[in-house]
Amino acid sequence: MTAAAPTLLVGCAAGFSGDRTDAARPVVDTLLARGGPAVLIFETLAERTMALAQLARRADPEAGFEPLLVDMLQPVLADCVTHRVPIVGNFGAANPPAAARRILALADTLGVRRPRVALVQGDDLSAPAHHALLRDALGPAADGLDIASANAYLGADGIAQALRDGADVVVTGRVADPSLTVGPALAHFGWAGDDWDRIARATMAGHLLECGAQVTGGYFADPGYKDVPGLARVGFPIAEIDADGGCVVGKADGTGGCVDERTVKEQLLYELHDPCAYLTPDVVADIGDASVQQVGPDRVRLSGVRGHVRPAQLKVNVFHRAGWLAEGEISYAGPGAEARARLAADVLRERLGGLAPLRADLVGVTSVFGDDAGRWLAAQPEGDARDVRLRVATRQPLRADAERLLREVTALYTCGPAGGGGVRTAMRERLGTLACLVPRERVPARVEFVS
Amino acid sequence: MTADAPLVAPLRAAAHGRTGDKGNRSNISVIAWDPALYPLLVAQVTEAAVAAHFAARAPTRVTRHLLPRLHAMNFVLDDLLDGGVNDSLNLDSHGKALAFRLLELPLQVPPELSCFLRVPRISTQETRT
Repeated sequence: MTAAAPTLLVGCAAGFSGDRTDAARPVVDTLLARGGPAVLIFETLAERTMALAQLARRADPEAGFEPLLVDMLQPVLADCVTHRVPIVGNFGAANPPAAARRILALADTLGVRRPRVALVQGDDLSAPAHHALLRDALGPAADGLDIASANAYLGADGIAQALRDGADVVVTGRVADPSLTVGPALAHFGWAGDDWDRIARATMAGHLLECGAQVTGGYFADPGYKDVPGLARVGFPIAEIDADGGCVVGKADGTGGCVDERTVKEQLLYELHDPCAYLTPDVVADIGDASVQQVGPDRVRLSGVRGHVRPAQLKVNVFHRAGWLAEGEISYAGPGAEARARLAADVLRERLGGLAPLRADLVGVTSVFGDDAGRWLAAQPEGDARDVRLRVATRQPLRADAERLLREVTALYTCGPAGGGGVRTAMRERLGTLACLVPRERVPARVEFVS
Repeated sequence: MTADAPLVAPLRAAAHGRTGDKGNRSNISVIAWDPALYPLLVAQVTEAAVAAHFAARAPTRVTRHLLPRLHAMNFVLDDLLDGGVNDSLNLDSHGKALAFRLLELPLQVPPELSCFLRVPRISTQETRT
């Protein structure tokens, strides 16, 4: 392709596992109405999602991909296949082949042409064959861990290859979130692999898209300060990427929400550290001199992004089984509620003596701002809040120790302060995490088509 | 208070922001409502001021990155999240709410800049009380 290649539209229909399944339809309607080259992406993997998926796959060989896969694709798959709008998603999670089989079955059910489904794999490093690689990267920290998952963040190359080879749907496991956008841009514009400025621009377009509605007015509203029209119908984003990688971010037609310089700035800096060195497998993006400009209703241009040579290593996240998390809650209301809740916390601390760490929160007084060690809570003067929910939590290597917290919270019904009600307890297995870097040549992406 | 005395206003009146997390590290953006307020933010919302504001969460390091063309700053706070999303016992294990803790930071606003502050719509009745 040449510099005259037409603008590529990239619509995003999911920003995390569990995102709205009715988000895709207005995005696809808008892509089709505008015409021209377009792609639809789904980002459904948070850091720990992969570990949960890996555990699901161990329990069921046909599980371990995005649980909402069918709900997300069913409304749009037929139109995307018919009108050749490729779909790219990391919804393969820990089991891309099973996800691909499910997509083909869905296509048959819908009576649409069987899509060409490509898998991008190679990210999964949990098999014994990779233990030496992880041992090299993690050092002694890896010894004795019960590893649930280990995945490298792959880049855009595999996605780009799959699209160049004619994929209608690209199913990946762990890839860097912006790579879902960079891959289609590489395939469409034919940029060189070391065209760092253009790749960095597409990377930041992908960064703006990757959390779905977080750039279109979701996760933004603050009544009186930042009002968002039609938040309940917030539309998902569409980026117009030009042949130089520059982008204008907008959103699906006929939806709520808004795209303005404020929403774009907040998302541009989301989960960024040094703005001059945003590390991805594809490039080191630099927004130190970037600027945003409103160029129309719900349309904002991002410019000034630069790129530097990509890192020689890929990031790997390792999750391991790490014991149990136990939580318990009980409510106190009316006069003296806060004093009764504080007394209940004291009773639990005495009854659970030796069980550490033990966190206590007074929901309705203070809860999420505080630290686990309780410095913040201890610094808050005792007040007279009238509707307080005591919440306690612990993490324990042994299940039996974690269960002690559940029983003691429950026992507050009859043995604790007056008027406590609404006990809820919950316990779940914990996953610990370690991150490391591995040489990229040790983790090649594999692309294959499913027939 | 004389007409020339600085006004004390929460950061929320001068800026908006969002928290992100990766592992045990939190980042909080602080974005000026108006370019005219940006120098004030640079002068007063310093690494030291932010570290002191979050003292109870005991960050081991606070780093500020400036983005003058966006009239924004990005704060990176290390080891603030009690281990991060998988280790913390916090209900908000990501620390999503922390931007709104930072937006409580008090600012000294000179009178000539007060017209750029964002204040919520207040009913006439409330204003009178």
